[in-house]
Amino acid sequence: MQQISRRTALALGAAGAAFSVFGLGTGAQATPETAAAEIAKFAGGKAPVAGKITIELPEIAENGNTVPLAISVDAPMTEDDYVTDVLVLADGNPNPGVATFHFTPLSGKADASTRIRLATTQNIVVTAKTSKGAVYTASKLVKVTIGGCGG
Amino acid sequence: MADAPKIRVPKTAKKGEIVEIKTLMPHIMESGQRKDKDGKTIPRKIINKFVAEFNGKPVFSADMDPAIAANPYLQFNAKVNESGTFKFSWTDDDGTVTTSEQKIEVA
Repeated sequence: MQQISRRTALALGAAGAAFSVFGLGTGAQATPETAAAEIAKFAGGKAPVAGKITIELPEIAENGNTVPLAISVDAPMTEDDYVTDVLVLADGNPNPGVATFHFTPLSGKADASTRIRLATTQNIVVTAKTSKGAVYTASKLVKVTIGGCGG
Repeated sequence: MADAPKIRVPKTAKKGEIVEIKTLMPHIMESGQRKDKDGKTIPRKIINKFVAEFNGKPVFSADMDPAIAANPYLQFNAKVNESGTFKFSWTDDDGTVTTSEQKIEVA
Protein backbone atom coordinates (compact mmCIF):
# COMPACT_ATOMS: atom_id res chain seq x y z
CA MET A 1 0.00 0.00 0.00
CA GLN A 2 1.56 3.19 -1.13
CA GLN A 3 1.35 6.15 1.18
CA ILE A 4 -0.07 9.25 -0.43
CA SER A 5 1.70 12.29 0.91
CA ARG A 6 -0.21 15.46 1.65
CA ARG A 7 1.53 17.19 -1.24
CA THR A 8 0.54 14.49 -3.71
CA ALA A 9 -3.02 14.51 -2.41
CA LEU A 10 -3.20 18.28 -2.88
CA ALA A 11 -1.76 18.03 -6.39
CA LEU A 12 -4.26 15.31 -7.29
CA GLY A 13 -7.10 17.42 -5.90
CA ALA A 14 -5.97 20.46 -7.86
CA ALA A 15 -5.62 18.42 -11.06
CA GLY A 16 -9.10 17.00 -10.52
CA ALA A 17 -10.56 20.43 -9.99
CA ALA A 18 -8.86 21.76 -13.11
CA PHE A 19 -10.20 18.81 -15.08
CA SER A 20 -13.75 19.38 -13.93
CA VAL A 21 -13.55 23.01 -15.01
CA PHE A 22 -11.83 22.54 -18.35
CA GLY A 23 -12.17 18.93 -19.32
CA LEU A 24 -15.85 18.17 -19.04
CA GLY A 25 -17.46 21.06 -20.80
CA THR A 26 -19.27 18.79 -23.26
CA GLY A 27 -22.54 20.15 -24.52
CA ALA A 28 -22.00 23.71 -23.44
CA GLN A 29 -20.10 26.07 -25.73
CA ALA A 30 -16.77 27.25 -24.48
CA THR A 31 -16.71 30.94 -23.88
CA PRO A 32 -13.96 33.52 -24.12
CA GLU A 33 -13.95 33.38 -20.29
CA THR A 34 -13.03 29.66 -20.17
CA ALA A 35 -10.37 30.27 -22.79
CA ALA A 36 -9.05 33.20 -20.72
CA ALA A 37 -8.90 31.00 -17.61
CA GLU A 38 -6.89 28.39 -19.53
CA ILE A 39 -4.51 31.07 -20.79
CA ALA A 40 -4.04 32.39 -17.23
CA LYS A 41 -3.14 28.86 -16.08
CA PHE A 42 -0.75 28.40 -19.02
CA ALA A 43 0.89 31.80 -18.47
CA GLY A 44 1.42 31.05 -14.76
CA GLY A 45 0.34 34.46 -13.51
CA LYS A 46 2.10 36.53 -16.16
CA ALA A 47 0.13 38.95 -18.28
CA PRO A 48 0.65 37.95 -21.93
CA VAL A 49 1.96 40.68 -24.21
CA ALA A 50 0.39 41.08 -27.65
CA GLY A 51 2.69 40.38 -30.58
CA LYS A 52 5.49 38.13 -31.90
CA ILE A 53 2.92 35.56 -33.06
CA THR A 54 1.60 35.11 -36.59
CA ILE A 55 -1.58 33.08 -37.10
CA GLU A 56 -2.50 31.91 -40.58
CA LEU A 57 -6.11 30.89 -41.01
CA PRO A 58 -8.61 31.27 -43.82
CA GLU A 59 -10.88 34.30 -43.29
CA ILE A 60 -13.87 32.15 -44.12
CA ALA A 61 -13.84 28.39 -43.55
CA GLU A 62 -16.52 26.71 -45.62
CA ASN A 63 -16.00 23.41 -43.83
CA GLY A 64 -15.36 23.60 -40.09
CA ASN A 65 -14.30 19.94 -40.04
CA THR A 66 -10.86 20.70 -41.39
CA VAL A 67 -9.52 24.22 -41.24
CA PRO A 68 -5.83 24.76 -42.01
CA LEU A 69 -4.00 26.57 -39.22
CA ALA A 70 -0.39 27.70 -39.18
CA ILE A 71 1.24 29.48 -36.29
CA SER A 72 4.69 30.98 -36.07
CA VAL A 73 6.44 32.81 -33.27
CA ASP A 74 9.24 35.26 -33.93
CA ALA A 75 12.09 33.97 -31.71
CA PRO A 76 15.84 33.33 -32.07
CA MET A 77 15.48 29.65 -31.06
CA THR A 78 18.96 29.49 -29.54
CA GLU A 79 19.98 27.30 -26.58
CA ASP A 80 19.19 30.07 -24.08
CA ASP A 81 16.36 31.90 -25.80
CA TYR A 82 13.67 29.87 -27.48
CA VAL A 83 9.92 29.32 -27.50
CA THR A 84 9.08 26.42 -25.20
CA ASP A 85 5.30 26.00 -25.40
CA VAL A 86 2.50 27.31 -27.57
CA LEU A 87 -1.13 26.94 -26.49
CA VAL A 88 -3.81 27.06 -29.19
CA LEU A 89 -7.42 27.64 -28.12
CA ALA A 90 -10.68 28.01 -30.01
CA ASP A 91 -12.98 30.09 -27.83
CA GLY A 92 -16.23 29.00 -29.48
CA ASN A 93 -15.73 25.22 -29.61
CA PRO A 94 -17.44 22.90 -27.08
CA ASN A 95 -14.00 22.63 -25.47
CA PRO A 96 -11.57 25.46 -26.12
CA GLY A 97 -8.48 23.21 -26.27
CA VAL A 98 -7.01 22.64 -29.73
CA ALA A 99 -3.38 21.72 -29.12
CA THR A 100 -0.24 22.61 -27.21
CA PHE A 101 2.97 22.58 -29.22
CA HIS A 102 6.31 22.06 -27.48
CA PHE A 103 9.44 23.37 -29.15
CA THR A 104 13.15 22.95 -28.41
CA PRO A 105 16.26 24.69 -29.77
CA LEU A 106 16.45 21.74 -32.22
CA SER A 107 13.13 22.88 -33.69
CA GLY A 108 15.09 25.62 -35.47
CA LYS A 109 11.92 27.69 -35.90
CA ALA A 110 8.86 28.06 -33.68
CA ASP A 111 6.53 27.21 -36.55
CA ALA A 112 3.85 24.56 -36.75
CA SER A 113 0.88 23.79 -38.97
CA THR A 114 -2.07 21.49 -38.52
CA ARG A 115 -5.75 21.18 -39.43
CA ILE A 116 -8.44 21.90 -36.89
CA ARG A 117 -12.18 21.53 -36.30
CA LEU A 118 -14.29 24.57 -35.58
CA ALA A 119 -17.89 24.37 -34.42
CA THR A 120 -18.77 27.92 -35.33
CA THR A 121 -17.40 31.37 -36.15
CA GLN A 122 -14.94 32.20 -33.41
CA ASN A 123 -11.52 33.44 -32.33
CA ILE A 124 -8.40 31.31 -32.38
CA VAL A 125 -6.24 32.44 -29.49
CA VAL A 126 -2.54 31.53 -29.47
CA THR A 127 -0.32 32.04 -26.41
CA ALA A 128 3.42 31.37 -26.43
CA LYS A 129 5.94 31.00 -23.59
CA THR A 130 9.69 31.41 -23.99
CA SER A 131 12.62 29.95 -22.07
CA LYS A 132 13.28 33.47 -20.71
CA GLY A 133 9.80 33.65 -19.19
CA ALA A 134 8.17 35.97 -21.70
CA VAL A 135 4.53 35.29 -22.60
CA TYR A 136 3.00 36.49 -25.87
CA THR A 137 -0.49 36.23 -27.26
CA ALA A 138 -2.39 36.84 -30.48
CA SER A 139 -5.81 35.98 -31.79
CA LYS A 140 -7.57 35.78 -35.12
CA LEU A 141 -11.24 35.56 -36.04
CA VAL A 142 -12.35 32.86 -38.44
CA LYS A 143 -15.82 32.74 -39.98
CA VAL A 144 -17.18 29.21 -40.22
CA THR A 145 -20.12 28.54 -42.53
CA ILE A 146 -20.56 24.80 -41.74
CA GLY A 147 -19.48 23.69 -38.28
CA GLY A 148 -17.27 20.76 -37.34
CA CYS A 149 -17.37 18.92 -34.01
CA GLY A 150 -20.39 16.90 -35.16
CA GLY A 151 -22.45 20.10 -35.42
CA MET B 1 -3.84 0.79 -36.35
CA ALA B 2 -4.46 -0.15 -39.93
CA ASP B 3 -2.74 2.53 -41.93
CA ALA B 4 0.83 3.70 -41.74
CA PRO B 5 1.63 7.38 -41.17
CA LYS B 6 2.75 9.47 -44.13
CA ILE B 7 5.95 11.37 -43.48
CA ARG B 8 7.99 13.78 -45.56
CA VAL B 9 11.57 14.46 -44.42
CA PRO B 10 14.34 15.58 -46.81
CA LYS B 11 16.89 12.80 -47.52
CA THR B 12 19.83 15.15 -47.27
CA ALA B 13 20.63 18.51 -45.69
CA LYS B 14 23.53 20.83 -44.98
CA LYS B 15 24.93 21.01 -41.46
CA GLY B 16 22.91 23.49 -39.39
CA GLU B 17 20.10 23.65 -41.95
CA ILE B 18 16.49 23.96 -40.79
CA VAL B 19 14.47 21.30 -42.59
CA GLU B 20 10.70 21.12 -42.93
CA ILE B 21 8.95 17.96 -41.78
CA LYS B 22 5.38 16.98 -42.65
CA THR B 23 3.51 14.14 -40.99
CA LEU B 24 0.02 12.77 -41.49
CA MET B 25 -1.45 10.01 -39.38
CA PRO B 26 -4.55 8.24 -40.70
CA HIS B 27 -6.96 8.29 -37.74
CA ILE B 28 -10.67 8.95 -37.24
CA MET B 29 -10.09 11.43 -34.34
CA GLU B 30 -13.52 10.72 -32.82
CA SER B 31 -14.18 13.88 -30.83
CA GLY B 32 -16.42 12.48 -28.10
CA GLN B 33 -18.95 15.17 -29.04
CA ARG B 34 -20.93 13.20 -31.62
CA LYS B 35 -23.96 11.03 -30.93
CA ASP B 36 -24.94 7.85 -32.77
CA LYS B 37 -28.40 7.30 -34.25
CA ASP B 38 -29.72 6.12 -30.86
CA GLY B 39 -28.65 9.36 -29.25
CA LYS B 40 -25.76 7.82 -27.33
CA THR B 41 -22.50 9.72 -27.24
CA ILE B 42 -19.80 8.06 -29.31
CA PRO B 43 -16.78 7.71 -27.00
CA ARG B 44 -13.80 9.93 -27.64
CA LYS B 45 -10.90 8.27 -29.46
CA ILE B 46 -8.15 10.54 -30.66
CA ILE B 47 -4.40 10.68 -31.05
CA ASN B 48 -3.60 12.80 -28.02
CA LYS B 49 0.19 13.06 -28.28
CA PHE B 50 2.76 13.36 -31.03
CA VAL B 51 6.51 13.34 -30.39
CA ALA B 52 9.40 13.95 -32.79
CA GLU B 53 12.98 13.14 -31.76
CA PHE B 54 16.28 13.33 -33.60
CA ASN B 55 19.06 10.97 -32.49
CA GLY B 56 17.19 10.57 -29.20
CA LYS B 57 16.88 14.31 -28.52
CA PRO B 58 13.49 16.05 -28.42
CA VAL B 59 12.75 18.24 -31.45
CA PHE B 60 9.03 18.96 -31.32
CA SER B 61 5.96 17.54 -29.66
CA ALA B 62 2.25 18.28 -29.55
CA ASP B 63 -0.54 17.56 -27.10
CA MET B 64 -3.71 17.29 -29.14
CA ASP B 65 -7.35 17.87 -28.23
CA PRO B 66 -10.47 16.69 -30.07
CA ALA B 67 -10.45 19.94 -32.08
CA ILE B 68 -7.64 18.50 -34.23
CA ALA B 69 -9.17 17.36 -37.53
CA ALA B 70 -9.35 13.71 -38.59
CA ASN B 71 -6.10 12.27 -39.97
CA PRO B 72 -4.00 14.60 -37.83
CA TYR B 73 -1.53 16.55 -39.91
CA LEU B 74 1.47 18.27 -38.37
CA GLN B 75 4.12 20.32 -40.08
CA PHE B 76 7.14 21.60 -38.16
CA ASN B 77 10.87 22.18 -38.52
CA ALA B 78 14.10 20.68 -37.27
CA LYS B 79 17.62 22.01 -37.16
CA VAL B 80 20.05 19.27 -38.21
CA ASN B 81 23.71 19.45 -37.21
CA GLU B 82 24.61 15.81 -37.94
CA SER B 83 23.38 12.79 -39.85
CA GLY B 84 20.91 10.69 -37.98
CA THR B 85 17.45 9.34 -37.51
CA PHE B 86 14.17 11.05 -36.79
CA LYS B 87 11.79 9.06 -34.66
CA PHE B 88 8.11 9.98 -34.63
CA SER B 89 5.47 8.57 -32.32
CA TRP B 90 1.71 8.96 -32.06
CA THR B 91 -0.17 7.98 -28.89
CA ASP B 92 -3.83 6.96 -29.14
CA ASP B 93 -6.38 7.43 -26.33
CA ASP B 94 -6.46 3.61 -26.05
CA GLY B 95 -2.74 3.59 -25.27
CA THR B 96 -1.57 2.33 -28.67
CA VAL B 97 1.68 3.97 -29.76
CA THR B 98 2.60 4.03 -33.44
CA THR B 99 6.19 4.86 -34.31
CA SER B 100 8.04 5.58 -37.52
CA GLU B 101 11.64 6.45 -38.37
CA GLN B 102 13.30 8.45 -41.15
CA LYS B 103 17.01 8.89 -41.80
CA ILE B 104 18.71 12.06 -43.00
CA GLU B 105 22.24 12.50 -44.37
CA VAL B 106 23.90 15.72 -43.28
CA ALA B 107 26.95 16.87 -45.20
